[in-house]
Order: sequence, then C-alpha cells, then structure tokens
Amino acid sequence: MLAKRIIPCLDVKDGRVVKGINFVGLRDAGDPVEIAQRYDKEQADELVFLDITASYEKRGIMLSVVSRTAEKAFMPLTVGGGIRKIEDIRELLRAGADKISINTAAVSDPDLIARSSDRFGSQCIVVAIDAKRTAAGFEVFVHGGRTPTGIEAFEWAERANKLGAGEILLTSMDYDGTQKGYDIELTRAIAERVSIPVIASGGAGTLGHLYDGLIEGKADAVLAASIFHYQTYTIKQAKEYLKSRGVCVRDYEEVRI
Amino acid sequence: MIAIVDYQMGNLRSVQKAFEYKGCEAVIVDDVRGIRDAEAIVLPGVGAFGDCYRELETRGFIDPLLKHISEGRPFLGICLGLQLLLTSSEESEGTSGLNVVPGHVKRFVDGELKVPHMGWNRVRYPAADRDNGRQCPLFEGIPDGTYFYFVHSYYVAPEDCSVVSGVTDYGVTFASAVWRGNMFATQFHPEKSQGAGLKLIENFGKVVKNAAHASV
Repeated sequence: MLAKRIIPCLDVKDGRVVKGINFVGLRDAGDPVEIAQRYDKEQADELVFLDITASYEKRGIMLSVVSRTAEKAFMPLTVGGGIRKIEDIRELLRAGADKISINTAAVSDPDLIARSSDRFGSQCIVVAIDAKRTAAGFEVFVHGGRTPTGIEAFEWAERANKLGAGEILLTSMDYDGTQKGYDIELTRAIAERVSIPVIASGGAGTLGHLYDGLIEGKADAVLAASIFHYQTYTIKQAKEYLKSRGVCVRDYEEVRI
Repeated sequence: MIAIVDYQMGNLRSVQKAFEYKGCEAVIVDDVRGIRDAEAIVLPGVGAFGDCYRELETRGFIDPLLKHISEGRPFLGICLGLQLLLTSSEESEGTSGLNVVPGHVKRFVDGELKVPHMGWNRVRYPAADRDNGRQCPLFEGIPDGTYFYFVHSYYVAPEDCSVVSGVTDYGVTFASAVWRGNMFATQFHPEKSQGAGLKLIENFGKVVKNAAHASV
C-alpha cells in the first residue's frame, strides 16, 4: 500500500533558511544543505525548498543550493518559488530537483502547466495553490498570498489537474502559521475533486493535525515547517503516532540497512 | 566504469551521486563511444515513453544498448529506463520499445487511486522466488517488503513472469523490478530511496565488479 507522506518544508532566502531551526548539533543551522541532510537521516519522505528570495536575478543561489543538496541527500526534493518559465524549470531539474512547484506563473499563464508537463513529465510538475476563505467560498491568491485573483480554488485545482499537473500543494492562507490544524474542508474538497495527489499545507501544530489532514482531509501527504524545525516533534515521532492510529506510513526502522 | 546514459531526459545527477556515495565510479555519457566502452550501463529517464525512445534513437544509442544487454553485461534501468525495455507502451502508441523484455506498459486506471503513483510503497519478492529461495542480487540484504520511492503513471506487464524480481500493490499488483542475468531494472528510484536505495545501488556496484572479474 502506498504510504502517506510527511514532508518538511524549508523557506530559503538568498541561500539561507529563514524560519527558525532548532536542530541540535548542526554546524550551520541556516544552511539548507545541512538541514536537508538532517531530514534525510531522519527519514522524512520528501523535502520542499521554497525559495523566497525577492530578486529574480539571484536565482543562481538556489540552483547551487539544490545541486549541493542533491549530492548529499538521497530523497525526493521539490523546489518552488519564483519559477516563471520553462527554462527555470529545466535548470532546477538539471541541478537535481525532482519536482518543481509553480504558483503565480501558473495562474498568469495556465498553459505553462501543459507545456512543462509535456516537456518534463507531469510527475515533476507540482501546482501550488494558496487559497483563502471568502464569503463565496475559497479564492486563489498569488505573489506569496498578496494578490487576490478572483479565481475559485476548486475550479483552479481541477483545471490544473486537466492541464497536466502531477500534484497539488495546497496551502490554506487562513490557517498558515496559526498551528490550529489544516483547513480540512478546503483540503478534502480539493482532494476529492482531483485525480492527482494533494499535499495539505498550512496550520500543522500537533501530530493530531497531521492525522486529520491525511484522514479527514483525505490528503496524500502533509507538509509542515515549524513543528519539525523547532523540533516540537521529530519525523520519527510523527510516523509512530500516525502508525499507532492506523495510518499507513513508511516504517521508520525499515530502511536502516 | 559505470556509464549513466544522458539523453536529456531527466535528472542524472542524483543517480551519479548515489553511485559515488557508495564508492563506485560512475560517469555521465552522452555519446555512443561512451556507451560502447562501459563495463555497465545505467539507463535512467523521466518523461514520455515515445519521446525518450526517439531521443535514444536520434543519438544512435539503441544498437549499442541492445548489444550491451545481449552480451550479458551489467545493465540497470530506472523508472522509464525499465519501461523502455518492454515492447510497447499505452503512453505512446505506435512507438516500439527495446523489446528486450517482451510485454506491454500500461496506465494505472484513474478512479479510486490517485495517478501518478507517487510516494513510498513496498516491494515484495515474488512468491515463486520466496518458495525456491531465489534472490535477486540487487536485493541482497534488503528485507522483503521494504519501501522504495515511486513516481510514475504507467507500469510494466512482462509476458514472462519469471523475469519479475519485485512486485508492488497499487490497485493492481505490478512488476516493480525485473531481472534476467545481469540485466536489472526498477520502476522505483533507488537514488531517491534513502538507505534501502543506496543499498541497492551498492549491490549493483558489486554485480559490476563480479562481472568485470569474470571477464578477465
């Protein structure tokens, strides 16, 4: 049976991790490569780098981070943030990313989803959706959540699916950073509407939230930042907890060979 | 020397680094000569079946690949590198594969299960192998039912089930690894499968060393 995935996410700015990292024993707690190795050892199922570098001209820094990570961490790596065109995707994949995530560029040019999945395979094209509750339902926001689009989130998810996205990374802007849990209603509605995997994001504060996102929200994977970075919980604790509640996760010890 | 075939289809860096991590010399080759001279060939690949086959064809890689495999030299196909060994694929009707492993590549049926099959799933050894104590050298030291990382929408259905060395359940039970002599291929990505994957990479390295020794 396919295991549910637990995915830590690192926000990277100018080549440095910006959210607090509390790992004990790291030589350089701000170095994304070292943190990636740490998560690799902890047997996180995948890793996401979100590049929040403001300047498009500094993209080369992220390429270097990705290629150095790919040399040392033998796990799936997704990179998102600031990707505008096919050439950006090509560069990241060649540097060693397994999947790339597009958000604003996909909304402004939906055909980018089709072109990139045709060229590189839909398995490596993740469409990230930042959704916010409104009176009418859920609206898609872009530019890191600053710009409303007027696009309805469920419809956008279905459209991205049809255009060839291989996965959806769904962030609730209302719950992100609150540690109150994922937006279950949003997650479930989209997971039920699309035929591709959905990663729930935004709001994880406890291990129970991971369970809720996977079971109530029907997500295929859960993404979390703070609870792992601050070592509130380890990946191992998260897996043991989920397993004890009957969720199929990859056993921790199994790959210790 | 292990040659990783570069035909502009996907991420080769991780594959190369995984071999280097396990102390095996692996070089990325993008010309026919590099393939001909190789002790072992690794054929990775992501993208569409037809596109990949055409790229191999355009670069003149088909004949050297077939020759290498038919001579029993070590070969490891990964993901699409497995699918390309088959006869044809539902993904690209009208395009033939290498036909080294007769059979077809089929798409998972959309429905209850999400497609692509993306994430970690168990690889079990075929019941027949378990019964007669046969073990694929690639899985030496790796427990039955270990999780590996998958990402694919199509799976292989070889006609001859004796080539199947690993199976995985995802709606259907499909062949996630094949093996015949020194030819190995996996649907999952060993280079992305942490400890278990690195162990498999190391095992392939041993196969290569043994083959080189035998040929001296």
